[in-house]
Amino acid sequence: MARVVVDVMLKPEILDPQGQAVQRALPRLGFDGISDVRQGKRFELEVDGPVDEAALARIHELAETFLANTVIEDFTVKVESGDTAEAVK
Amino acid sequence: MTARIGVVTFPGSLDDRDTQRAIRLAGAEPVALWHKDKDLKQVDAVVLCGGFSYGDYLRAGAIARFSPVMESLIEQAKAGLPVLGICNGFQILTEAHLLPGAMLGNDHLHFICREQKLRVENADTAWTGDYTAGQEIRIPLKNMDGRYVADRYTLDKLEAEGRVAFRYLDGNPNGSLNDIAGITNEAGNVVGLMPHPEHAVEPLIGTGRTDGLPFFTSILKKLVTA
Repeated sequence: MARVVVDVMLKPEILDPQGQAVQRALPRLGFDGISDVRQGKRFELEVDGPVDEAALARIHELAETFLANTVIEDFTVKVESGDTAEAVK
Repeated sequence: MTARIGVVTFPGSLDDRDTQRAIRLAGAEPVALWHKDKDLKQVDAVVLCGGFSYGDYLRAGAIARFSPVMESLIEQAKAGLPVLGICNGFQILTEAHLLPGAMLGNDHLHFICREQKLRVENADTAWTGDYTAGQEIRIPLKNMDGRYVADRYTLDKLEAEGRVAFRYLDGNPNGSLNDIAGITNEAGNVVGLMPHPEHAVEPLIGTGRTDGLPFFTSILKKLVTA
């Protein structure tokens, strides 16, 4: 079983008031030097069977039609094996 | 025979009963439609009402857009079936790409609930014929995700084609681009807006005015004279 991660972010030109609110809170918490924060969504898909080209194409379609609204959002799809996911942690 | 106007109930819809009542007060027959049912019961028009379909999970309207009822609705709307989307209904219509652009959270991050002044910019749609272009109305506005966004090209096209159907007056309540409160598709049969005409159809409740009633009389007139 493999994990495929879909990251969804608002397009750069779209105002992100949530990200701005987070950014504005940072100095109060003692975190200086962070000039911008943008907030996105991360989807972790556990895929049964091999993550071959066909499976990735399906996931790409899923991301494009459902997980992201491409009118306002961009997305990336990446494959992560279980082990790598642990390592990243 | 009067016109039969469907009102879809999704899990999380709030204003289906108010919408049915508004349709009845206008003189048409409301028909309850169910999200799991592909059958539109041969209605003459459909209203997608306000609420929080599927809890607004993922994005407002994103899951409702793939429900069985929407499959039939999208197909028939493209063929000319009049559809009005109010609030969550507007969000569903943009998610379904029946209307351009998208809805995002209010720029101030707060839920908003108030009486809102609007200008009816386009009185030629299936749902606005009983208004006059330029008419100012007051109806309730209540939402979290009311910020209309679209790319510059789409905005310019909407403005040039007179497809901004309603514009906020006396201050922009949510950061919507060009003060857009509602838009229409090219054919004028699909209209969406954030404020709630169905809550302003009787003098006793809501804003104390009936500024929202013409939405429902407009479509009735359109359907019975068609």
